Amino acid sequence: MLFFVARRLGTMVLTMLCLTMVVFFLVNLEPNLKKLAISQTEMHATSAELEQWLTKNGYRQNFFVRYGQWLGLMPKVPATDPNTGKTMPRFSYCNEPTEPKFSGVLQGDFGCSTKFKTTVAAKLFPGLGATGLLMFWVLMLMIPVSLLIGVLAGMREGSRTDRTLSVASIATTATPEYVSGVIFTVIFASWLGWLNGSAASASQGITFYNFTLPVITLAIYGIGYIARMTRASMVEVMTQQYIRTARLKGLSFSAVVVKHALRNALIAPFTIIMLQFPWLLTGVVIVEVMFRYQGFGYTLVEAAGNNDIDLLLGCSLVSVFIVLITQLISDVGYAYLNPRIRVQ
Amino acid sequence: MQVEYVGALNIVIGVIARFWPVWLALAIVLGLSFAYKRRLGLYGQLFDSSVGIAGVVICLFWLFTAMFASTIATFNPLDQIVVMKDALPGGVEPASHKVFLFGADKLARDVFSRMVYGSQIVLIIAPAATAFALMVGITLGLPAGYYGGRVDTILSFLANLVLAFPVILLFYLLVTPGIMDTPIPYAIAGLFFIFPIIFFCVLFWTRFKNRPDRLYLLLGLTILLGGWVYVGLVFDRDPLGIVHIDPNQLNIFVAVVFASSPGVFRIVRGLTMDIKTRDYVAAAQTRGESPWYIMLWEILPNARGPLIVDACLRIGYTTILLGTLGYFGLGLAPESPDWGTAIKDASRLLRQYIHPALPPTIALMSFVLGLNLLADSLREQSLKD
Repeated sequence: MLFFVARRLGTMVLTMLCLTMVVFFLVNLEPNLKKLAISQTEMHATSAELEQWLTKNGYRQNFFVRYGQWLGLMPKVPATDPNTGKTMPRFSYCNEPTEPKFSGVLQGDFGCSTKFKTTVAAKLFPGLGATGLLMFWVLMLMIPVSLLIGVLAGMREGSRTDRTLSVASIATTATPEYVSGVIFTVIFASWLGWLNGSAASASQGITFYNFTLPVITLAIYGIGYIARMTRASMVEVMTQQYIRTARLKGLSFSAVVVKHALRNALIAPFTIIMLQFPWLLTGVVIVEVMFRYQGFGYTLVEAAGNNDIDLLLGCSLVSVFIVLITQLISDVGYAYLNPRIRVQ
Repeated sequence: MQVEYVGALNIVIGVIARFWPVWLALAIVLGLSFAYKRRLGLYGQLFDSSVGIAGVVICLFWLFTAMFASTIATFNPLDQIVVMKDALPGGVEPASHKVFLFGADKLARDVFSRMVYGSQIVLIIAPAATAFALMVGITLGLPAGYYGGRVDTILSFLANLVLAFPVILLFYLLVTPGIMDTPIPYAIAGLFFIFPIIFFCVLFWTRFKNRPDRLYLLLGLTILLGGWVYVGLVFDRDPLGIVHIDPNQLNIFVAVVFASSPGVFRIVRGLTMDIKTRDYVAAAQTRGESPWYIMLWEILPNARGPLIVDACLRIGYTTILLGTLGYFGLGLAPESPDWGTAIKDASRLLRQYIHPALPPTIALMSFVLGLNLLADSLREQSLKD
């Protein structure tokens, strides 16, 4: 088991290295650097001035040197003023070093956001906190509801309840966040006026009024999928011999479901819920943009839209980390929960 | 100038009337399908369940809408008729006395016509991108599952690499205006679009190796047709000028194929690993068939059930991806009538007007729902066999 986890962790680190390098390459493409230079210099800067800005701030160094600097394996070199020859920090608003120093992700320095004029850490982690809060409520809603639907539907395969709930869950999987968000806003905010169509005020404090719409919008897409997986797993369990034995020895149907079937049927949904995180990440971006909630997804969109290199790299690192760590938890958890695998 | 309005009943009748080519085509196809149900195999079996019928009807509805879009739409989707700005559903255009059935958006364009034309974009790109993703996934997934070992390790690592990217980040990186100046989209297109040609060449080669008369004909046709489309798509240098794709459409197409091929790869790999333990594969191995013959002519046909189901779901998923791209304003032109862009434009103004938002959302939802219902009933039918 330990060996398995260690190997997975090794693959994970390798994957993260590859992915960050790909992202690093893509954000540092020539057109993107041009765009950054244009947004960071004054209006009407000539192409020579743009070039000078890029050289001064180290964007023209070798690709691997810069990647190493970001990672923390190479010293970050401060900018040199071309006229006086004095060294000065690249971005004064970020406490960048004035002398060469190893300061990258490995040292805990995520770099400097050129769009928000602050360090990436100062922007990224509050955003992650806000998104974590959103995710918490989404999971609190999504997991019980979807498991309940799945178990109710899978309990008696082919019954009317099963048919209705199955079609309903197919319908929710066919509704991406930007569709359900619009529909819910129309119903609950425009027509009924019960809820607020914007979650911008949720940064100050969440209330039922401003936070419900983002939460249900994000939860609904996942509910159908998890419910269908739970149903499939439940249907399979209900056909097992031990369920028949339990029924034959005279237990009531509800006791069989709760005591015998449920435990075994919930192993598969556990992995499914864990593997939902990558999808939820995309959903978070859509929902946060749609409801103007200042979280991780909002930061990501801002970073990507303005080609804020360090911030975008930080966002990618975080999201890739979340995806990989949930995959790992799902594998380890599956092995742990399922006795048949654990014994091997 | 005051815009006159027609009543709700007239709107409903008007919409139904505008869709007349669709109803006609649906009636013909469904009538024929019911009449020859027993002879149509898997497709015919779909008509045994209400879920299947619903799925087929919805999918065909949008297919025919896309085909007859120019007849159905009342106006040109890009025309701006200033007097109709923000008109509510049922507004009558003063000049031509034609009705804006679902009203007009903030740029005074007919919402109904835009919805109808939007279906064209979705129904061209989504199935085509899925087909390419299937080709890529099958061509790489079969050897990965069949040989295992190092081939599998490397290919799986690459697939997991792409899958670990949140889709939205991938799109922001791959579908930006700047990237069109670099050779990256063309390189990915060049790499991915070669897979169908390889696939069909190997397919025919393994089957007709000993029958040169047929082999050379089929190989020649594949390379000629495939090469023609390839040159047209990747280099935009079609000598006949028929195959042409806009650079930003190519970019979207490539990004969508790129995002969904690893999923197909994983499924094909899993199926192959399962099927290769069967007796008929062992029999083929004993007969001395080549590995690629076994993969393409023994394993693949037996994996078709799950693959068809997955293809249906994947077209729906691709539709959602296209909508996401439109929603974030990536790739597609800002005035493009596709559903995602329309939802984006309308959702910003939900506080004032809701009528431009509903048609594209319901269209997208119903199309994906139709595909999911279709997939669900296909799965049920293939489980029955």
